[in-house]
Amino acid sequence: MKLMDVKLGQLPTWLAMRDFTPGGILGALRRGYDRYYNKYINVKKGGLGGLSMVLAGYVVVSYIWSYSHLKHDRHRKYH
Amino acid sequence: LAAPLVWRAARLGCRPLLGTGCLVLHTTRPLHTTQQCLAPLPPLPEKGGEVRHGLIPEEFFQFLYPKTGVTGPYMLGTGLLLYLLSKEIYVINHETVAAACILSVIIYGVKKYGSDVAAFADKLNEEKVAKALAVKNEAIKNLETAIEQEKKEQWRVEGRSYLFDAKRNNIAMLLETNYRERLLTVYNEVKKRLDYQVALQNLKRQKEQDHMIQWVEKNVVQSITPQQQKDSIAKCILDLRALSKSAQAAA
Repeated sequence: MKLMDVKLGQLPTWLAMRDFTPGGILGALRRGYDRYYNKYINVKKGGLGGLSMVLAGYVVVSYIWSYSHLKHDRHRKYH
Repeated sequence: LAAPLVWRAARLGCRPLLGTGCLVLHTTRPLHTTQQCLAPLPPLPEKGGEVRHGLIPEEFFQFLYPKTGVTGPYMLGTGLLLYLLSKEIYVINHETVAAACILSVIIYGVKKYGSDVAAFADKLNEEKVAKALAVKNEAIKNLETAIEQEKKEQWRVEGRSYLFDAKRNNIAMLLETNYRERLLTVYNEVKKRLDYQVALQNLKRQKEQDHMIQWVEKNVVQSITPQQQKDSIAKCILDLRALSKSAQAAA
């Protein structure tokens, strides 16, 4: 069953059905990579978007990981 | 943790510029997974997924279009940005200024030279494909000439009978010639033998003749006594006188 077809109430049961073994996680990562690769990069006329989306994702993830350090640079204490 | 992402991004990065010739070989498309697929692989899709502003895939805009129309995603983006700024989830510090400068330079570079780089990459791709195609066509042409030559050889095989007839004639002629030469040799040898015999007989007769003549002459000379010699000479002189008288009388 695909994620888009799952109703909101059935989400926990659907999550329980997934394969959380290391092999399953690796398989999921590989599938995700293959989907992205075949859609944006493995084409005759690839554009800049294929690469820039990965870089933007990297920027966002690295910002999230370093947020605990950046918290101290805030201009106001209470928001 | 950031290393595998960088590595993946580097691998992905070679795609847009180099096309199908990537540095690392990936069999990402399912090759021969199910049944035995003997047909050639399907060609690559022409264009990748649509991305708007280089960052957001088009599917997101299409996903929000039925509910919010065209400006929906932009409103969502603006609202999100203001929320992040006001709650200082995104903190403005020196890094923001650096990011702004870098992004402006990158965007200026892409806007100005993007199409040229894309055309160059496409040209490289074209050359690669043209080379492969040339190799294929060359191979096809070679095979076709080979086929024609084979057919010609097969046609030549049909003329085998004529070839063998000519050869047989040649051999027969050689045999004939040889036979006649030998015949001539035999004839010459036999003739030489016979000539020898003939010459031998001739010689024998000649010798016998000569010997006989000599013997007769010798005996005759021996038998001529001196008295007979005088008598014959006197007779000869008398005969000569008579003859001369008759000749004088006639003249």
